[in-house]
Amino acid sequence: MTIRSPYKRHSWWRSQASRGLLYQALLLSLCLAGVWYLAHNTLLNMSARGIQSGWDFLNDAAGFDIGESVVSYDALDPYWKAFLVGVFNTLRVAVIGVVAATVLGTLLGVGRFSHNAIVRGFCYGYVELFRNVPVLLQLLMWYLLLTEALPSLDQAISFGSIAWLSKSGLILPVPVWEFGHATAGIGMVIGLVAASLYRREAHQHFEASGRQHSMVWLPMAIVAFGGLAGWLVGGAPSTWSIPTVDGFVMNGGASVTPEFLGVLLGLVLYTAAFIAEVVRSGLNAVAHGQSEAAASLGLNRRQAIRLVVLPQAMRVIIPPITSQYLNLTKNSSLAVAIGYPDIVSVANTTLNQTGRAVECVAIIMAVYLTMSLATSTFMNWYNRRAAIKER
Amino acid sequence: MSAIVSEIFQPIPPRLAPVKTEGTLAWIRLNLFSNVWSSAATLIALVLITYGANRLLSWGLLNAVFVPDANQCQVVRGNGACWGVVSEKFNFIVFGRYPVSEQWRPFAATALLIALLVASCTRAFWKRWLIGVWAVVVPAYFVLMRGGILGLPEVPTDLWGGLPLTVMLAAFGIVLAFPIALLVALGRRSKLPAIRSLCVVYVELIRGVPLISVLFMASFMFPLFLPANKSPDVLVRVLAGITLFSAAYLAEVVRGGLQAIAKGQVEAADTLGLSYWQTQRKIVLPQALTLVVPSIVNNFIGIFKDTSLVTIVSLYELTGALELALNSDAHWRPFKLEAYLFIVLIYFIFCFSMSRYSLWIEKQVKRSKVR
Repeated sequence: MTIRSPYKRHSWWRSQASRGLLYQALLLSLCLAGVWYLAHNTLLNMSARGIQSGWDFLNDAAGFDIGESVVSYDALDPYWKAFLVGVFNTLRVAVIGVVAATVLGTLLGVGRFSHNAIVRGFCYGYVELFRNVPVLLQLLMWYLLLTEALPSLDQAISFGSIAWLSKSGLILPVPVWEFGHATAGIGMVIGLVAASLYRREAHQHFEASGRQHSMVWLPMAIVAFGGLAGWLVGGAPSTWSIPTVDGFVMNGGASVTPEFLGVLLGLVLYTAAFIAEVVRSGLNAVAHGQSEAAASLGLNRRQAIRLVVLPQAMRVIIPPITSQYLNLTKNSSLAVAIGYPDIVSVANTTLNQTGRAVECVAIIMAVYLTMSLATSTFMNWYNRRAAIKER
Repeated sequence: MSAIVSEIFQPIPPRLAPVKTEGTLAWIRLNLFSNVWSSAATLIALVLITYGANRLLSWGLLNAVFVPDANQCQVVRGNGACWGVVSEKFNFIVFGRYPVSEQWRPFAATALLIALLVASCTRAFWKRWLIGVWAVVVPAYFVLMRGGILGLPEVPTDLWGGLPLTVMLAAFGIVLAFPIALLVALGRRSKLPAIRSLCVVYVELIRGVPLISVLFMASFMFPLFLPANKSPDVLVRVLAGITLFSAAYLAEVVRGGLQAIAKGQVEAADTLGLSYWQTQRKIVLPQALTLVVPSIVNNFIGIFKDTSLVTIVSLYELTGALELALNSDAHWRPFKLEAYLFIVLIYFIFCFSMSRYSLWIEKQVKRSKVR
């Protein structure tokens, strides 16, 4: 019987480090081979089918019209501009949707804790109904309701004769753009800076002396004052473009298309159900002892919520609410199903016209990836601010 | 001296009886009329509910037409619902373009698949032979759907549609995604940098883009990726797209479970001399997966709803079949809303029961943690 020396040099594959290197090298080469194989096939297939590739088409005239656009656009403009219009339309619906869904979702989530049984029941029923039906189906239904159930333009529903709702969408009065609005905006920005400076000062004073200052109303008043001052400096423009409906023609105002309204309604009502659940579980996660302890320290109910419950709930709420924001942004791609000209819709039209599938799908993915990364970067920054400060 | 303590017994007035907190009346007072705001909300809500219920009842029931007669529906249009559209188009909405004479086959196949899924979710069936049942039922499912053997006429996949397609895409999507998700989740926690970063890139890339772009890729780009004439048909491509998509989300769910396992467990396994794969298989995964079963079910609900998007790449599952059934039929098109409400009901029944199941599982998992 031979006894193996424990000091015998092991073969290299007995060492974890070198085996790790081997596995990684194997996996990487497998991936590279796979990518090469796919790329090789793609090039072969494209040349066999006579499909052109490259980004040169972006400078050609698009040749299709886009129903609504934030920047000026017509069919003679190049493709890249059409894509830009699509991106702006996606951003418009996503930003407005995120804000509205947050407000509605928070109300519904807080409503689950109401003392009133009907309010509680309504919020519960809403959440269960809206989150268990596909968002695409909801979009299609809202669009159908907006285009079929509403009266035509000549019989539009009027809101005090300044706003009109009909099959052609919602028509709203808008201020006529003048220089004064720009100065008002600048004034508000200055007000914002002043308000945040004041808040910092007030907070330091509070930490030092324990004396409380107005932390919400006064800063808001400062911002409003800044805007007002800027507006006055700019000559106080007050002309509004009030829409009038004359038979089948609408004059003045700004119109919101039924496509936009349908996408927005569908996305907001669907996402709000999820945000409500996030808010509810966040508030639930704060132990009951926390608000009892706050009460025993002599804080009143509002102070307890603002200083004790909310900061702790926010920590639980922010990560899942971020993914809900991302979901809303990604779900806005469903707009293509009802003809709202978002980035997917523009890319789809371009794809059908030029046959550049790879480029168009790549553009869609790049746009959404950028938006997702930007949103999660911002929310991660906010999360770090709200996170528990540990030693 | 005795001025402080009085010798005479002075009874204090009796305390008021405590406010009753039990019973219907007390419940109503506490939950509906506890203060002015609550009372106002209750009254306003009652008025709205009465009004809404009244409108809904007269539209959906009293003035509604239940027979499949388009002319009768046209008469009550605006005042009453036309449920006739559901009975008229039922076969098309539920089974899509599948040949009518053969529709018992998707019915039987889907019933089989759903029964298998329900059985797999029930404790009594968590036995080793369940794997064998899967191995029998899945081929049987495809034989029934596809045909071509055993005297069943062949039905090409582009005719599959409706609810069977919805259930199939969701079920096979998540079943196929699971092994990928497991590997990716483990890879993301690996110590080897190349493996870890590949998994991170995969997960973040897929989670950063909408499903629709993955479906576009499956529909337009997969044919370019593979050698010409070897391209699988669109159903397989879309299923592959859904699988890759849900694997990324599932991987994050599994990773959450892995992170919840205390480090001591792995260290203890190391001490016992278990290898990496033994540790994962016998110690980490059983605990981690138990924790995330509710999230996996929620993920499945998400995929079930997301299958509605395949209609955009021309596969006619429930939503797509409805569009196909009504868009080309001028008689019935005005009553699309009623048909939508019908499939809303189908989706709701499926998703709601699954979410209840997820809650039940959550309770079961919690019970095992109570000492």
